[in-house]
Amino acid sequence: MNNNLNAVKKELIYAPSQYRLGAQSPACPGCGSPLACNIIMDSLEEMGIIENSIVVIGVGCTGMGFFGTKVDMTFCAHGPAPSVAAGIKQGNYDKSIVFTIQGDGDCAAIGAGYLVNSAVRGDKITIIMCNNTTYGTTGGQMAPTSLIGQKTTTTPEGRIGAKHGYPLHVPEMIAPMKGVAYSARGSVHNFASYQRTKKYVKKAFQKQIDGVGLGFVEILTACPVNWHMTPVEAMKWIEDEMILEYPLGEFKNVDSIE
Amino acid sequence: MGEKLFIHGYEAVGRGALNAGCLHFFGYPITPQNEITEFFARELPQRGGRFVQTESELSSASMVFGAATTGVRAMTSTASPGWGLMQEILSHISFCELPCVVVNVQRGGPGQGTTRHAQTDYLSATRGGGQGGYKSIVLAPSSVQECHDLMQLGFYLADKHRILTVILADGILIQIAESINTDVLKFDPLPPKDWALKGIGNKGGRFDWHHSTRGLIPPVYKTIIEQIHAKYNKIIETEVRFKSYQADDAELILVAYGYVARCAEEAVNMARSQGLKVGLIRPITLWPFPYNILKEKATQGAKFLVVEDSMGQMVEDVMLGVEDKSLISFLGMSSRHDIGELGMIFPETILEEVKKII
Repeated sequence: MNNNLNAVKKELIYAPSQYRLGAQSPACPGCGSPLACNIIMDSLEEMGIIENSIVVIGVGCTGMGFFGTKVDMTFCAHGPAPSVAAGIKQGNYDKSIVFTIQGDGDCAAIGAGYLVNSAVRGDKITIIMCNNTTYGTTGGQMAPTSLIGQKTTTTPEGRIGAKHGYPLHVPEMIAPMKGVAYSARGSVHNFASYQRTKKYVKKAFQKQIDGVGLGFVEILTACPVNWHMTPVEAMKWIEDEMILEYPLGEFKNVDSIE
Repeated sequence: MGEKLFIHGYEAVGRGALNAGCLHFFGYPITPQNEITEFFARELPQRGGRFVQTESELSSASMVFGAATTGVRAMTSTASPGWGLMQEILSHISFCELPCVVVNVQRGGPGQGTTRHAQTDYLSATRGGGQGGYKSIVLAPSSVQECHDLMQLGFYLADKHRILTVILADGILIQIAESINTDVLKFDPLPPKDWALKGIGNKGGRFDWHHSTRGLIPPVYKTIIEQIHAKYNKIIETEVRFKSYQADDAELILVAYGYVARCAEEAVNMARSQGLKVGLIRPITLWPFPYNILKEKATQGAKFLVVEDSMGQMVEDVMLGVEDKSLISFLGMSSRHDIGELGMIFPETILEEVKKII
């Protein structure tokens, strides 16, 4: 019997990526950011650029998934990831693929100036921003992306536009800027959205490979803990509420910038 | 041998950096150092280097951070308000032990202050200006020649110790012109930058993530801080630099750096011509500070007069060196010759003070 089993030809049908360290994810149950990390890592591997890539991790939960990956990385201060990425790109004389992974607070609040000026320069980098409408790491405060009416620890009665400001639509904001080659918003709340978002991420990296300009992808990610929901409720909230405010799709896709 | 040139301080900074092999400069306009930024904008593209005019000093420091992670020699230059703005990033650079150079051309503070010379960033530069408790090597040029030479030394020390080197100049040194030798200086060999971020495929599959994620993952924060401070102690033991002038038999020793040290040197000459035993000790490294030579001179009975164009900052370091072994006097910004921002501490003023003490 044993001999017969040994005679069977073994075929590898699945193995973990050699670029993963097998470390336990530091994310909370139902968090969307490890899915964003998976999309990026799989895209880099499938595109054959992972060994030439350097990730700049912004401050927040968003980038923590990369602590379990085997890719050159640095972890920067709160906000300036696009400038750090641009510095790395210049330091390696444009030979590296450089991208940032940032949260919405990091990228769209404290880092908004860096983002806009990176777009002004048309830095040949890729920026991935996870939007969970809140500051996850610090305990669920209002973010620029919080929805009107959303209760957070700093808007206990719900966000009121006239009082707290209005939701910021980052891909739509930078899409008209000349230096931006690609801008899109995806989600990871169901498998179809996950697959579509992966296509967006690959396109954004392709713009960098082709040297066109800045590539930007926003990914809607769940934060069940700070939303006070179960993971399943959080997925439903993205579908029913978030996507109404933040429509999915591509906002810019050009092959050259004149 | 380099050329002998009659050039401004800003050009000496630029040529010194080029002679150190620095091909990456990121800068934002601010007076009185704009000519440094413009020098690199003009010169680097011709040499295959990279120049970026950024949107702020925070962004300049961030790009220096990024470029330094790749192992290239990178720098920025700024003046006092920009120096203040950079501190968050410079603190992080220090935590990550990334070698790079920042030139701070001091102007009068606090706040937006004036656009003219001063020496009001001494404490900020020597105490680790940002959050968290760290040190940078601080070099203080006192001539156009030193603007050139200390840029080269600065990059060497930054690489040798994996540390931020600050060149603490002032608005006068950068704007005056003097005749200098533009020699490329020779230094000992440096360790390879095997930690540089190049992508794992470009270094045999090894990946680096220790620059800054360390301390979080793995959780070894205390070990890191102890290692960094062991490095600081080694620098204190090995890298102190200063110049003595007529100090051997001096009864009164002036302590000054930067442009003020030039005025102090002239005051020493004037005093000596009148038979007064006056000398000068000029710190070149403001951190690590030359405490020991001051202690030695104090023990021999010399008195001290600290001259600096501030309301009293370096004087704190002189007090730490001299302790209670001798008398320390202070001549500062209140002794400028003019009430406006162009006021300076002239040699004649210093000599008057010398005569009161000696």
